[in-house]
Amino acid sequence: MPARQQMAFSLGWHIILACFGVAFPAMIWLVHRRGVRHDDPVALGLAKRWSKVAAVLFAIGAVSGTILSFEMGMLWPGLMGPYGDVIGLPFALEGIAFFIEAIFIGIYLYGWGRLPPRVHYRLLVPIALAGLVGTFCILAVNAWMNDPAGFEVVDGEVTNVDPWRAMFNDAVAAQFLHMWVAAFMLVGFAVAGVYAVGMLRGRNDRHHRLGFLVPFAFASVAAVAQPFIGHLLGQQVADRQPAKLAAFELATETETRAPLRIGGLLIDGEVRGEVEMPLLGSFLATNSFDGEVPGLDSVPEEDRPPVNVTRLAFQTMVGIGTVAALFVTVFWLARWRGHDLLRSRGFLRLTAASGVLAGVAVEAGWIATEVGRQPWVVNGILRTRDAASDSHGLWFTFIAILIVYAGLTVAAVVVLRSMARRWREGEDLDLPTPYGPGSAPPVIDRRSTATKGHREPVG
Amino acid sequence: MTLEATVAAVLFLGVLLYAVLGGADFGSGLWDLTAGDARRGGKVRALIDHSIGPVWEANHVWLIYVLVFLWTAFPRPFAAIMTTLFVPLAFAALGIVLRGAGFAFRKFAETVAEARLYGAFFAASSVVTPFFLGAVAGAVASGRVPADGSGDVWTSWTGPTSLIGGTLAVLTCAFLAATFLAAEAERAGDPELAESMARRAFVSGVVTGAVALVAVLVLETDAETLASGLHGRAAVLVIGSAVAGLRALWLLRAPAGTHGRGSGPCSPWPPSSSAGAWPSTRGCWSTRCASSTEPGLAPPSWLYWWCSRWRR
Repeated sequence: MPARQQMAFSLGWHIILACFGVAFPAMIWLVHRRGVRHDDPVALGLAKRWSKVAAVLFAIGAVSGTILSFEMGMLWPGLMGPYGDVIGLPFALEGIAFFIEAIFIGIYLYGWGRLPPRVHYRLLVPIALAGLVGTFCILAVNAWMNDPAGFEVVDGEVTNVDPWRAMFNDAVAAQFLHMWVAAFMLVGFAVAGVYAVGMLRGRNDRHHRLGFLVPFAFASVAAVAQPFIGHLLGQQVADRQPAKLAAFELATETETRAPLRIGGLLIDGEVRGEVEMPLLGSFLATNSFDGEVPGLDSVPEEDRPPVNVTRLAFQTMVGIGTVAALFVTVFWLARWRGHDLLRSRGFLRLTAASGVLAGVAVEAGWIATEVGRQPWVVNGILRTRDAASDSHGLWFTFIAILIVYAGLTVAAVVVLRSMARRWREGEDLDLPTPYGPGSAPPVIDRRSTATKGHREPVG
Repeated sequence: MTLEATVAAVLFLGVLLYAVLGGADFGSGLWDLTAGDARRGGKVRALIDHSIGPVWEANHVWLIYVLVFLWTAFPRPFAAIMTTLFVPLAFAALGIVLRGAGFAFRKFAETVAEARLYGAFFAASSVVTPFFLGAVAGAVASGRVPADGSGDVWTSWTGPTSLIGGTLAVLTCAFLAATFLAAEAERAGDPELAESMARRAFVSGVVTGAVALVAVLVLETDAETLASGLHGRAAVLVIGSAVAGLRALWLLRAPAGTHGRGSGPCSPWPPSSSAGAWPSTRGCWSTRCASSTEPGLAPPSWLYWWCSRWRR
């Protein structure tokens, strides 16, 4: 169904950028604060560069988010028509959060050299808080889809709408926490990975070490906390969405004293290729070896999600998450014992890969939860196929989005790499930003017809 | 005033804010597109970068606010609009993406050729989006969006009201942007550029006014309910809008240095005049809703929206 594919694709693209919007400001705050309070030019330099990168990512993140608001209506009239007023509140609050972010990012970027330094770095705090609130609001909607609340369906009509109850439903706390922490994992590993690559190429200065350590520290805290949060969330899923958990755990039949299955696929109705660890399945799902783990047989066949996709995505996420937790633990333990793993090329290569893997984990997690909720868009109440638009134009918009976002990805990579290269070549070249002032005052010299924002042709 | 009317009022506030604040951003794109080649157009483009740079991101929020408010307060009409007007909304959305990305990437372009490429996307899409949003408004105002969303996806937004609505949207944005940019140029200390932008503002203002007059005629035949409202209670606002527009043109005509241009950094001239129809917009919907007894389903509610968009 093109509506579903288009939505999945736009969401998948946007979520990476949204993670940067949510988690990057906190990291910039740390280095900027260090730069100001400890008079550390390396930290200050990192803050300046990171803020410019954040500005570019924020710009394309914001437009892809705007597209999502359009898509909510264009692709899902069957959801927004009946339920738009039920879930409008968190979206409205997210809009306010985004507005605050946009305002403060503009002021922050303009503030370099204009604001007193001690005021300047504190502007990152509202940005980070707004990111937190925005994450909560969006996850509130998704949690509502998994655990609908705040309304009643009477004779086919949606009535007794309570938007606060809908927003602060039972599922939101764990889902929000899981995503918010995931953002720090993604951004932490990705940014650390950039400096890891720099160190692999021989650039081994304080700039790179600090640029590695700060994001890696954030990612470490997140990576160690995440398995516990995920575990908690998984136990809630066992209660709320048994079919989803059954797909996660590849459980065809409801059973007590269930094993934990690693790997394997559902082929012709049977689980094949798995490795079983006895009793752990029940224990993880219910904190008891005798606990009951729901199986796919607990719901009728037409209410079951696509099992293998859900399962693969889930295990990919858990696998990467577990390895990440171990990975960071090894680094800090080694450091505590006096071994600097930053000297190990193998370690640096793994860190370079960790950013991409964290991204894969985020996408896999979203695929697991969204596909696992199928065939429902509102769990137990509205099926996806009933909510989707049946417009003939959907394939066109889907293809258009694919092409445009592919172009945006290429352009973003080109632009960011060119910025990095120009920084390397020009030392502390002060690049302009999308929201900040150019490197020179605009339009004063009337004799000059070249614009300050553009370079002269090269060569 | 009923709850629906109050909510509609708050919604129109968002539309207004988007139209005025976001409109200045969009219109800047048109001037960016027509500024000439890299050499001649450089100063204009730098002025645009400098002016809309800090705020263009935040101005997105008005659109999001309108969409969210719409689907929260009037979910059924929202779904109907999104279904019937799928095509223009898709183009408007595409424009928004390309515009934002183009603007951001251009700032970091390494060569003039790259800057030109990104700039072309930014500028072209700045024209596309207001046109299609205006067409959407026109479609709703001319009653071409049935309440169940079953309108024709092509003809619903290609009627006369839509086409003139889209055109008027682009022109209005251009007029608004040119006046703001002229004020910005003056504040940046470049009277020559300010003069040039003021000339553009004048021309675009005259054209906008002319098209608006044509629009009145179009509405008579194509959107009767709106037209009758504009004859009746909203006539005051129509006149108010015309007066404000003429005053803006008069001020733009005055040569540099006279007190009509205003003095100092906070010159109160054209921008306040062209935006001075804000009170008349608020009045527009309130008189319209006072004369309407319908409970607020798609056609009459959206006439309020169209009304506020038109009276610039």
